Amino acid sequence: MATIGAFFLAFSAQAGRLSVFVGQTLASILRPPIYFHIIGQQIIRIGYFSLPVVALTSFFTGGALAIQIYYGGNQFNSEAIVSSIVALGITRELGPVLGGLMVAGRVSAAIAAEIGTMRVTEQIDALTTLSTDPHKYLVAPRVIAATLCMPVLALVADIIGIFGGFVVGTQSFGFNAAIYVQRTINFLTIDDVTSGLIKAAVFGFIIAIMGCYNGYYSKGGAQGVGRATTNAVVSASILILAANYLMTSLLFSS
Amino acid sequence: MTAKIALSDVHKSFGTKDVLCGVNLEVEKGQSVVVIGGSGSGKSVMLKSILGLLTPDSGSIKIDGRETVRLARGGRADIDHQIGMLFQNGALFDSLPVWKNVAFCAIQNDGMGEADARDLAVDALKQVELGAELLDLSPASLSGGMHKRVGLARAIASKPEIIFFDEPTTGLDPIMTDVINHLIRDCVQELGATTMTITHDMTSVRAIADKTALLYKGEIIWQGTTDALEASDDPFLNQFINGLPHGPIEVEGQQLDAAPNAEAD
Ligand SMILES: Nc1ncnc2c1ncn2[C@@H]1O[C@H](COP(=O)(O)OP(=O)(O)O)[C@@H](O)[C@H]1O
Ligand SMILES: [Mg+2]
Repeated sequence: MATIGAFFLAFSAQAGRLSVFVGQTLASILRPPIYFHIIGQQIIRIGYFSLPVVALTSFFTGGALAIQIYYGGNQFNSEAIVSSIVALGITRELGPVLGGLMVAGRVSAAIAAEIGTMRVTEQIDALTTLSTDPHKYLVAPRVIAATLCMPVLALVADIIGIFGGFVVGTQSFGFNAAIYVQRTINFLTIDDVTSGLIKAAVFGFIIAIMGCYNGYYSKGGAQGVGRATTNAVVSASILILAANYLMTSLLFSS
Repeated sequence: MTAKIALSDVHKSFGTKDVLCGVNLEVEKGQSVVVIGGSGSGKSVMLKSILGLLTPDSGSIKIDGRETVRLARGGRADIDHQIGMLFQNGALFDSLPVWKNVAFCAIQNDGMGEADARDLAVDALKQVELGAELLDLSPASLSGGMHKRVGLARAIASKPEIIFFDEPTTGLDPIMTDVINHLIRDCVQELGATTMTITHDMTSVRAIADKTALLYKGEIIWQGTTDALEASDDPFLNQFINGLPHGPIEVEGQQLDAAPNAEAD
């Protein structure tokens, strides 16, 4: 009983501190100045360098999805079903979610390690004494960059994931390429794609915030930074999956 | 005349650990005050409280007569602007080259362009007797002594009225210690700045202090001029300045009568 109480107290303290952190970050995003050159650097680091990881993940996922649908479903009329379900599954769920999880592993960890090291070596204190708000200088550019980059990465994941299904369909199952493409285009609606991109933007926000938050409050030397890095990836991944469930039930409940 | 920095009855604890238990200390304008005390006695916590990086639980910290405790960051922008700080381990930004570190404040806050910022960095580096060839190096490639000196250059680059030094000589060899002590002395005289230096190194005390204060168990238990320091027969002070293992000071974590160990920070 006592441990449950202690756990609950610690949990609410964390949640409270995280809410304040998010609030401070949003306030610092809205208040000038905006450090465009740092946002640019972060877009390269977070977005551009994540492209290969996201592309590979989604190519193989699209291919595997096509195989499962082909053998799992009724093979009668499979040509129509494979193309449409791959398109739907990738754009609505797998593109943004798997992309988000992969980027969480790469980016949350890197951000937490960098900001955590700055914390334990007093560089964050130094920023403050040099009249620079760490939220503005460190957190806001990363959050902005990740929130902007994730939808683009998800769009890339959509295209490559559908292409993965297309390759398997045409190469292994002998589907007609032109008909496959035509069916995919006819079946997909703009809403399928945009819902996935909205999700991706939220995931981008989560990824950067969890990296920054865990790094910002890390303590206790190198070991503390290691702990912050692990916590950042785990908490970002769990929050992505939970947020995905919430958004799916909101966006598709009607 | 109001003191430049005035702490009165400052308390700060972390959880159940009381670190500052009523610190009283005044620093006059242009004065060089050195605070000595053992490792873990709360010297850095005291400095960070003055800088507003930590909020004291109670008490008052005035800078130029203005209360700073619980002042929001925005409300103390003008105070922050006249303060320079050398952190214990330099705290250079390792993502930026030396020149961007040294001119950081001017680049960030005054929007200074690259050419001017590099000139400013060259001037500040010259004051700490470093050459312009360092400008484009990364802080990670500097030796310990150079790291400290670049940190010192960054602290004085904006010509602050108050400068804080947190253990400027810890971890340096005796020659570099001497160099840093003299640099501090010279920089201070050139700028006419008010300084507070934290150390447990007696050579620093003799080289730079106008006034010395001994922090022990969260309180300033002795303060006076360097002459008074040498003449004093205060048992705590004697034990500290002579580095005696036995005496009234209880060394944290040391067993009674155990072999004395030099405590590393
Ligand atoms: N942010 C913090 N959280 C918890 N304890 C702290 C924190 N900062 C300092 N302390 C504790 O306060 C004591 C004094 O630390 P410090 O001021 O760094 O000592 P020093 O005199 O060596 O500079 C230490 O025991 C340290 O563990
Ligand atoms: Mg210290």
